[in-house]
Amino acid sequence: MHPVRKKRIVTISVILVVLATAIGLVMYALSQNINLFYSPTQVEAGEAPQGVTLRAGGMVVENSVERASDSLNVAFRVTDYKHSLRIEYKGILPDLFREGQGIVAQGKLDERGVLIASEVLAKHDEEYMPPEVSAALEQSKAQ
Amino acid sequence: MNWTWFHKLGSPKWFYQWASNWGGRCVYVGLALLLVGVVWGLGFAPQDYQQGNSFRIIYIHVPVAVLAQSCYLAMGIAGFVSLVWQMKLAPVFIKSVAPVGAIMALIALVSGAIWGKPTWGTWWVWDARLTSVLVLFLLYMGVMAIQNALDDQVFADKAVAVVSLVGVINLPIIKYSVEWWNTLHQPATFKLTEKPSMPMEMWLPLLFSAIGLYLFAAGVSMWRMQTEVLMRERKANWVKKEVLEHGI
Repeated sequence: MHPVRKKRIVTISVILVVLATAIGLVMYALSQNINLFYSPTQVEAGEAPQGVTLRAGGMVVENSVERASDSLNVAFRVTDYKHSLRIEYKGILPDLFREGQGIVAQGKLDERGVLIASEVLAKHDEEYMPPEVSAALEQSKAQ
Repeated sequence: MNWTWFHKLGSPKWFYQWASNWGGRCVYVGLALLLVGVVWGLGFAPQDYQQGNSFRIIYIHVPVAVLAQSCYLAMGIAGFVSLVWQMKLAPVFIKSVAPVGAIMALIALVSGAIWGKPTWGTWWVWDARLTSVLVLFLLYMGVMAIQNALDDQVFADKAVAVVSLVGVINLPIIKYSVEWWNTLHQPATFKLTEKPSMPMEMWLPLLFSAIGLYLFAAGVSMWRMQTEVLMRERKANWVKKEVLEHGI
């Protein structure tokens, strides 16, 4: 290869590596800010500040949803399979909200360590299947 | 290894004639495949067990989002070639593909928002995936703005090549954002190394629309490059001959 081109390739590669490292370090340092939500383990460990608007998320624990009969108040627990966190919310939940489903709630932690949510978003996973397949799976699981 | 094709690519005349043959074919075959994939996906593929019909927007969202990233990767490679070998066609390629990629990134953002509202409950959230794709769109805008703002063509080509090349760092961030950080966006459904986590009657239409869209974008880019080649080589004899013989 022509020495001039070789020199250009080396220069460009060095610049790219340096830039990528710099950006990588910045993002590593900011990773707590880039994370969209705290996991219940992080909340349990006291990483999430109290009284500040933040997001927490996890899987809705089976049989944990308590609905008030006379209002839109609802309470449930979310888990990351290590710790769980209680969330209280007043309002209409998204269509995809159900037990075993991932959710992200925005709100403030109170002194009891409960998240008083002002917004609940549903996460969904990367699995898609037709209703018949899901029904068949449920059936085989039940047997 | 035989490098003649690589050196041929450096010749605008050779490319112009090659693209006259292939541009149209790519566009029409691509459009046909795209139509099949989209009609099949939107009309006939099964619903999702949780999301129902709103899941069908995947047949537009995923091909467009993947293509937006592929276009930028191709521009980054062209930027590298342009800086090292100073091949005439590389900046032509970047200039022609940037608007195509920008439109794809914009459609990906808009279709994602439309999908997000019924499933997540929000149009937009500043999570790592959505934000990094917005950055991709802004990078496209930057490339186009620089190309149009600088009057000196040689200087503009160089600046654009640098931006294209450096912006490639954003691509792994987009790809791995859903794994490195907590995001609202779910991880990728399709991985090169694993079987897709959806049944065939769901991913086959997606394959059609993705391949169709790639071909369509390739063909449109070739057309755009041909126009740009004519502009830049307007003083060359072969262009005069070409225009006199075939018109534009």
